[in-house]
Amino acid sequence: MPKMNMLQAINNALDIAMAADDKVICFGEDVGIFGGVFRATSHLQEKYGRARCFNTPLVEQGIIGFANGLAAQGSTPVAEIQFADYIFPAFDQIVNESAKFRYRSGDLFNVGGLTIRTPYGGGISGGLYHSQSPEAYFAHTPGLKIAVPRNPHQAKGLLLAAIRDPNPVLFFEPKRLYRASTGEVPEEDYQLPLGQAEIVKEGGDITLLAWGAQMEMVEKAAELAEKEGVSCEIIDLRTIVPWDIDTVVDSVLKTGRLVVTHEAPLTGGFAGEIAATIQERCFLYLESPIARVTGLDTPFPLTLEKEYMPDHLKVFEAIKQSMAF
Amino acid sequence: MTTTTTAPVVHSLAFMNGDEFRIPVFKLLKRDGTPYKHAKLPELDKDKALRIYRAMLFTRVLDERMLAAQRQGRLSFYMQCTGEEATIIGSAAALDDEDMIMAQYREQGALAYRGFGVDEFMDQLFGNERDHGKGRQMPVHYGSKDLHYMTISSPLATQIPQATGYAYGQKLSGLGHCTLTVFGEGAASEGDFHAALNMASVHQVPVIFLCRNNGYAISTPAHEQFSADGIAPRAFGYHMKVVRVDGNDILAVYQATREARCWAVENNRPVLIEAMTYRLAAHSSSDDPSGYRSKKEEEAWRDKDPVLRMRLWLEQQGWWAEEDEKREQDTLRREVLEAMKRAEKRPPPPLESLVTDVYDQVPPLLAEQLDRLKEHIRKYPDAYPRGARGLKEDTQGSGGGEHA
Repeated sequence: MPKMNMLQAINNALDIAMAADDKVICFGEDVGIFGGVFRATSHLQEKYGRARCFNTPLVEQGIIGFANGLAAQGSTPVAEIQFADYIFPAFDQIVNESAKFRYRSGDLFNVGGLTIRTPYGGGISGGLYHSQSPEAYFAHTPGLKIAVPRNPHQAKGLLLAAIRDPNPVLFFEPKRLYRASTGEVPEEDYQLPLGQAEIVKEGGDITLLAWGAQMEMVEKAAELAEKEGVSCEIIDLRTIVPWDIDTVVDSVLKTGRLVVTHEAPLTGGFAGEIAATIQERCFLYLESPIARVTGLDTPFPLTLEKEYMPDHLKVFEAIKQSMAF
Repeated sequence: MTTTTTAPVVHSLAFMNGDEFRIPVFKLLKRDGTPYKHAKLPELDKDKALRIYRAMLFTRVLDERMLAAQRQGRLSFYMQCTGEEATIIGSAAALDDEDMIMAQYREQGALAYRGFGVDEFMDQLFGNERDHGKGRQMPVHYGSKDLHYMTISSPLATQIPQATGYAYGQKLSGLGHCTLTVFGEGAASEGDFHAALNMASVHQVPVIFLCRNNGYAISTPAHEQFSADGIAPRAFGYHMKVVRVDGNDILAVYQATREARCWAVENNRPVLIEAMTYRLAAHSSSDDPSGYRSKKEEEAWRDKDPVLRMRLWLEQQGWWAEEDEKREQDTLRREVLEAMKRAEKRPPPPLESLVTDVYDQVPPLLAEQLDRLKEHIRKYPDAYPRGARGLKEDTQGSGGGEHA
């Protein structure tokens, strides 16, 4: 099996999707001959031509508006928003149009072919506008699916699933891991199911839940905790909408403790949704309050980024507090 | 040329403000239905002319009856096309019937022209179980896949960049279709308008942007919407062909759109049309124009009635007469009233339609929510008469989910 970094895995997934179906069309700012500012679309224009892989003008609302129309027409657009921080000009097209297209037309029309790829997250000294994790805004809008990979293998399998899913999917790529995360990736075409979490490591004392880049923090924290004799069960949610409630519930029924962590701010973050659902379903089994380890309720900082980030030490502390409750 | 590399060079400073370009208005018919001297009318056979006129009359009758129904409390909301029928129906008639139309919300005339049935109109307006949109949207948010008419969305201008994308797909599929998108001069202030025109020009897309400049965005007059000479000059900024037509002159609209369509499809290029018209009706049934414009102004535009102008022209061709008009109007009124009565009586969509079509399949969490809702409605059926209807026989409470 070849070794790839996450960008290569994403590029490989796009290549496979475009080769398999000539309705797949990739576009966005700088994705053409340049291959995207991170090179996720490298060589796609050379291979598939300018009609199927191209630069757009610098207008996010236009990119997604265009993508919605193209998907409604029956194509399979894969639109790139260069940074998740810049997705907001397209907010209306995503939450009022992509998400509601099928519902409002009574299923006469849909934009199920649409996939929006966008790099998210901190840890790259990107400051306010190259670091955000805006998944919770979109999770609050029925009609969208949201997937976040944590490594190259997932990135390829989840992206292929997203492209072929008959619903619009937002695909948040952890840009800190684009080159940092490497691993074996099957050469062939494969998909990982949307809506299904992955139990990364089994354990009996406490459940640790995250997705995307934050999985790295959870794994490091678990190593520290294990040294102190705490057996951690680690779950990668992989898909935020729809999220795999059953897998998390089964785990918490077993462990009685849950730590959820994400980079986005605390208030209104998706961890709140998870905590509410789990306390509802596991109330009598909980040994301690569900802990949330998140970014602060501030804009994303620059110089003090390390202090802001919900790193492995903060997760480790939350594990200890939960165990000692 | 789309770049500045070929621009002439000057050495004395001179600003330009666009007044160099005065965009004329293309007209063919006078108010009395006779052609202007030297006007070359488009070829329009009797069948097509009557198809157009019947759609105009239908739209007028529908709008009158449905506004009245709204005033009687039978309908929650309504929007009239009145005054703009020539712009809407003239442009729709100039397309192939398989071209996509992506409209704003006041363009029911185009659907009428394409053959949307009177019952289909009524079922949407009353949001009953036969509404294609399953009772989910406010009245006038029609859509028809069969008639290539995209379901209406309330947010303004969102359909414009979508039309660019749709037409890009049409270009790639190579079947020779195009997309017509319609919007008001107010919606043209939205960012989506500019995004759409720029992308259509850059990506060379067969899309026709039809702005119906009807003078008002609810109460805001056009001169408070923009300070330039209307919408048409914006095309220059995007290197796009543009024409301005008298939107109350159906033959002018028809011919302009027809040629725009030919050019767009043959060259894979966008075209902008600005149709100068007037919203004779209120913005919607919730609006009262007496607060922002004069009766005198409205009367002046009533004299330019586009339906009357078409009728006069038809009469001059010997294709229409007083008795045809009376018979047609009576028939249409009767059909609309009968269809309204039928639609009012039809039951609402089933409770399950609350949760279908959010995704292609109902996800487990949503199915669970439906189950809980059903349980609740069973406890208080009188409080939810619509939702309680279908629950009487269905006592299992399995909802939409197999997960339970």
